[in-house]
Amino acid sequence: MMQLASGIVVAETQIGKVRLNEYRPEQPGFSSHFDALDTDRLRLGIYSATEADVERALRQPERLESLMALLSPAAGPYLETMAQLSVAATRKRFGANIGLYLPLYLSNLCANECDYCGFTMGNRIKRKTLNDEELAREMAIIKGRGFDSVLLVSGEHETKVGMDYFRRILPSVKQQFSHLAMEVQPLAEGEYRELVSLGLDAVMVYQETYQRRTYAAHHTRGRKSDFNWRLDTPDRLARAGVDKIGLGVLLGLDDWRLDALVMGHHLHYLERRHWRSRYSISLPRLRPCVGGVPPKVELSDRGLVQLICAFRLFSESLDISLSTRESPELRDNLFSLGVTQVSAGSATSPGGYAAPQSQLDQFEISDERTVDLVVAELQLRGLNPVFKDWERSWIAG
Amino acid sequence: MLTIANQQFSSRLFSGTGKFASSALMQQAIAASGTELVTLALKRIDLSQGRDDILQPLLERGVKLLPNTSGARNAKEAILAANLARELLGTHWLKLEIHPDPRYLMPDPMETFEAAKELVSQGFAVLPYVHADPVLCRRLEEIGCAAVMPLASPIGSNQGLESRAFLKIIIEQANIPVVVDAGIGSPSQACEAMELGADAVLVNTAIASSADPVRMAAAFARAVECGREAYLAGLGARGVQASHTSPLTAFLGVE
Repeated sequence: MMQLASGIVVAETQIGKVRLNEYRPEQPGFSSHFDALDTDRLRLGIYSATEADVERALRQPERLESLMALLSPAAGPYLETMAQLSVAATRKRFGANIGLYLPLYLSNLCANECDYCGFTMGNRIKRKTLNDEELAREMAIIKGRGFDSVLLVSGEHETKVGMDYFRRILPSVKQQFSHLAMEVQPLAEGEYRELVSLGLDAVMVYQETYQRRTYAAHHTRGRKSDFNWRLDTPDRLARAGVDKIGLGVLLGLDDWRLDALVMGHHLHYLERRHWRSRYSISLPRLRPCVGGVPPKVELSDRGLVQLICAFRLFSESLDISLSTRESPELRDNLFSLGVTQVSAGSATSPGGYAAPQSQLDQFEISDERTVDLVVAELQLRGLNPVFKDWERSWIAG
Repeated sequence: MLTIANQQFSSRLFSGTGKFASSALMQQAIAASGTELVTLALKRIDLSQGRDDILQPLLERGVKLLPNTSGARNAKEAILAANLARELLGTHWLKLEIHPDPRYLMPDPMETFEAAKELVSQGFAVLPYVHADPVLCRRLEEIGCAAVMPLASPIGSNQGLESRAFLKIIIEQANIPVVVDAGIGSPSQACEAMELGADAVLVNTAIASSADPVRMAAAFARAVECGREAYLAGLGARGVQASHTSPLTAFLGVE
């Protein structure tokens, strides 16, 4: 084996010559890149940015230095300009379309201790994993509301809600929905590859925070405490051929400006390394849940708008998701600002669509409007709710 | 009249169906544009409910459908999509789009060529979306494509005729229609493409993302006609010196 200056590991043949088809990327992924990032310098950069830096960034927003300026406090006075540019960039790339999806909670079992989440292992709540009949009932309700895109969500319990379970249920879910996304525990590359063969289209894997110390403080037990395993998940997803990869931070665990900037570095790295994949981000603010922690750093509505606009300007092709964590009033205003995917009428507990009052929720939702009301609001704002935008059957031949 | 694969079109403005705020607005814009050929993404069509908001109004309008393979990342996927489109929509017309890169949606020339060869042999009228590459366009013509659709600039960018020098060569060489596709951002740019001699232009983003898509569609319709008329009339030669309409030295006669 030899390593080239570019970091690519090359396998040597028996006769000592290098063959092109034996090039293979190094396996660790973003974690090795991440270790070289000087987060103190990034933090200093964010807080020392000037209005001149912001004005320069608005002219060339796709650069990492620009993202730093657009996330900085100095960008505050430019929020309206950022919003105008963000709307124009979103309409140019996505038109008036807003994709609609629903989360389908499979289980609230979890083998991790995470102090901000209602599913955390130590919480004394009733635990449940959907059986085949319950899953079919939930799917029928979601389909009945017109959805064709579903996000399967579970806690992170590798033995009880792991590959065996996923292997069993994915084919039946794929029969019902054109687009199938998952938000479950990080898996190995080969496992993702197998799930892709069963119909998996997208995976959301949120780093929660990119600050190692903060991450360790909040994830005290279980596989999730392995920061690097999670950090390298998007690389494994891309290598396994998952079409869309979702990144995210839980805004409020640490300084949101710095977390968002490092997520921008992660996105930038992935877009260059795995250029065939599509990417999305989600920007959830820490919400109340059973036994949960209050946000350490409050992110105001104004800050959330700044985040959405900064990322839209940084990456025109990025999908930006908005969940029902936010209030109806705020969501209505965010719909037209750069967001491209929204959920509506969500339940955040296993079996929550058939039995809405089960009190097993992962977190409290804020926008409890029905899908029809959300659709009406989108249309009122000149936006086109899209229920179907994917047909995997024709690329799986 | 423009003829592609034995089908005649009186409008040389083709349009897309994506990015509109509603199906109703899409229909109005298509009506205002006068277009007779519209592309639609196969992946967006939902026939599972027995109806489709995009497809049904188009069928009722009687415009020619040009299903595209947007989303296909290689020849194999595009060929499968083409066959599904033929089965679902009953048309053998196809806009062949293969872009393995979801960020800039750059067409893959090698996969496009391979897919086109196969699809032509299967009886499709293939209109491939390609870079403004004169050699590739010649080769696609040789294998029997019905038209070529070179890009003006990156798809959806509204940047205009950045590939002008290569479009001119393609137009000059082609024996099949050349439809300038992708990147046209304003009626003046569409007019410019037609003045160059393009047989038609395809416009979606510039219409759908404008503040008034219906009005913009009508503006594009007029611009395309204007550009075509200018091309047929023959543009005057560009000179470096001023040229009087009544030359001052005409009295000298020709030596």
